[in-house]
Amino acid sequence: MKNKSLVAINELSKEEIIKILDLAEEFEKNPVQNIMNKNVVATLFFEPSTRTRLSFESAVNRLGGKIIGFSEAANTSVSKGESLKDTILTVANYSDLIVMRHPIEGSARYASEVSPVPIINAGDGANQHPTQTLLDLYSIRKTQGTLQNLNIFLVGDLKYGRTVHSLLMAMSRFGASFTFVAPKELQMPNEYKMYLNELGLKYTEQTDLNENLEQADIIYMTRVQRERFSDPLEYEKVKNVYVLRNKMLANTKPNMRVLHPLPRVNEIHTDVDENPKAYYFPQAMNGVYTRMAIMAIILGLK
Amino acid sequence: MVEKKQLSVSAIENGTVIDHIPAQNLFKVISILGLDKFDNLITFGTNMESHRFGKKAIIKIADKFFEREEINRIALAAPLAKLNIIKNYAVVEKQVVEVPDSITGIVKCVNPKCITNVEAVKTKFQVIDKKNVSLKCHYCEKITDQEHMVYL
Repeated sequence: MKNKSLVAINELSKEEIIKILDLAEEFEKNPVQNIMNKNVVATLFFEPSTRTRLSFESAVNRLGGKIIGFSEAANTSVSKGESLKDTILTVANYSDLIVMRHPIEGSARYASEVSPVPIINAGDGANQHPTQTLLDLYSIRKTQGTLQNLNIFLVGDLKYGRTVHSLLMAMSRFGASFTFVAPKELQMPNEYKMYLNELGLKYTEQTDLNENLEQADIIYMTRVQRERFSDPLEYEKVKNVYVLRNKMLANTKPNMRVLHPLPRVNEIHTDVDENPKAYYFPQAMNGVYTRMAIMAIILGLK
Repeated sequence: MVEKKQLSVSAIENGTVIDHIPAQNLFKVISILGLDKFDNLITFGTNMESHRFGKKAIIKIADKFFEREEINRIALAAPLAKLNIIKNYAVVEKQVVEVPDSITGIVKCVNPKCITNVEAVKTKFQVIDKKNVSLKCHYCEKITDQEHMVYL
């Protein structure tokens, strides 16, 4: 992975994923290491994503690296009509690694093809966001002690949710089984179910969040967005059905954890926050360790 | 006598005969190859009976020999087409159109939010279904199928 871009999660082998998670674990034990002190990392956020940007910048700072970049395209040469290619070729002169968030799909792949320095894709539209998937994997392994043969409940918008699709693809390499919990309008697309069928992995589908939660090792919550519904009445019908409440966790397994990519709106009630099974804030912390590991490996520091 | 006369009208001395075009895609093939802008003598027939297709179309273009790159372009609309290269009224070579594993240029990506539709980036696809011609974008990873194909 040294000097290589990270554009999509499916480009990583199982061994590379494990190498990243192992290094992230090392960074969690010893987070202050001045190994990036000779490097400049550019964070180019063509659309705002405060959480992802701060997580990357925190990771760079903890490793002693320097950061340049912008958090939205409005006051940059992009607003004057500069092409992505020109921006990348210019910024590559100023930095050793580019972390890029862009609203256009395929922009990260293209940037990685024109850039002389490695690109880390921090989200290209609805397409890929591999560092999110890696931090999810890290959180799952850390809380479960393994990635093998877990029962993952994916909840919410399973039709358009980039995060759940990438997580499904990644976890399927470790023999997971899945339960899809979604309203009829937002069910898991057929291509993913066919993929699981090919691998011989089990999945079940349900529309009621209250059912079968006692079987879950991980409940991965996502937001059901109003704008996904053509009929506003349909949204009104389901919007309160996919809200996780503390009382629903009563009979869940002791090892079960609730994950969420954040930001949360109302799909996890705040009464869950005090439950030790709520793991979404530590999950965000894990994002820093995971991104430290990804950058250290790409820069050849570890 | 009559039959001979008909033959002499449709036969070409030198050029290319493209056979086994699905009838419904004849005008697509004409447009992909830019035949509507040619000065050469061109004859075509459509809705001809074919036991392979039901209805097929055929195009004869005088004094034109296609490059491999040009033939690849019609592979998307006429994956089973056959080209007969005619020299001095005789078929000297037969070429089959083959759907390649990957396609660069030729068609647009169906996704309006794809980088290839926003910046000057040449489209690139992996052919994931050769029979029905279905393309996966190298950049945004969305699928463009036969029905939504727009030629560049």
